[in-house]
Amino acid sequence: MVAYRVEIRVMPRAALLDPQGQAVGHALHALGFADVGDVRVGKHLVLRVEAPTPDAAATRARAMCDRLLANPVTEDYELQVESA
Amino acid sequence: MRRVAVVRFPGSNCDADTLDAARDAGSDAYYVWHRDRDLQQADVVILPGGFSYGDYLRSGAIARFSPVMAAVTAHARAGGAVLGICNGFQILGEAGLLAGALMRNAGLRFLSRPVRIRVEAVDTPFTLAYRRGEELVLPIAHGDGRFVADERTTAELEAEGRVVWRYVGDNPNGSTREIAGICSAGRNVVGIMPHPERRTVPAVGGTDGARVFLSLEAAHATQHAGDVRAVGGHHPGLC
Repeated sequence: MVAYRVEIRVMPRAALLDPQGQAVGHALHALGFADVGDVRVGKHLVLRVEAPTPDAAATRARAMCDRLLANPVTEDYELQVESA
Repeated sequence: MRRVAVVRFPGSNCDADTLDAARDAGSDAYYVWHRDRDLQQADVVILPGGFSYGDYLRSGAIARFSPVMAAVTAHARAGGAVLGICNGFQILGEAGLLAGALMRNAGLRFLSRPVRIRVEAVDTPFTLAYRRGEELVLPIAHGDGRFVADERTTAELEAEGRVVWRYVGDNPNGSTREIAGICSAGRNVVGIMPHPERRTVPAVGGTDGARVFLSLEAAHATQHAGDVRAVGGHHPGLC
């Protein structure tokens, strides 16, 4: 078993209203960052997972996302595995 | 008299009002701790409002895995009545017992104020003492109350008459189609964002919420009358 560092990015579905992202976008415009377009706010999770291979760690992390870490109705996720 | 289990999670804060409302309506209401696995022969389960597990990760996401939820799910799958109020609604959504999800209010602010809602469906165990189309004033108190579901699910809810309550006039949180509450396909699992348990006696500003709890006893009485009619049906001339 090897320890892996799994980084998970959970984002609100593109089709859904993201009021937090909008508020951050407005604030950036107010600060003069006129070049900013769409802003979306999500979550970043970092886990330490023990697994035999990086693929096995990714499979486990996906199961965690499907069951708990992301809501399939409103969110999408992506993940990345590195050696810890 | 119906046995009503009010489930308490760490962070529930509407549990006492909910218990009182059910008792005032004539039910035998009692608490069940979220670590219990036994609902003690409940006829009805209510998940009260609050902030279970501090709303960490997503509202209701962690409570949905509490040990008691296996029993709540089994009760719901067997056709038993389940009501989720506010955080309870969020938990039922996370548990997959109700469609959709409750997301951050469109205006980003926590809202605590009375709202006007319309009763859209009276064929659920929690609304049968209301008239269809009746308007009520109930308080909301939530940060994550924006009901969201994909178009197919929303169309299905509408087609099957599963939108139970809708905001009228002002949509406080940006909910899809002004949805304030829905029910399951079997109509036995119901979720509502406003707080009926906070409007059950005149002293606190109104009684518009009382019939949610009175409906339970009315359902029981009707069911009983049905049994009597079924038995009585053997006698010609009766009914």
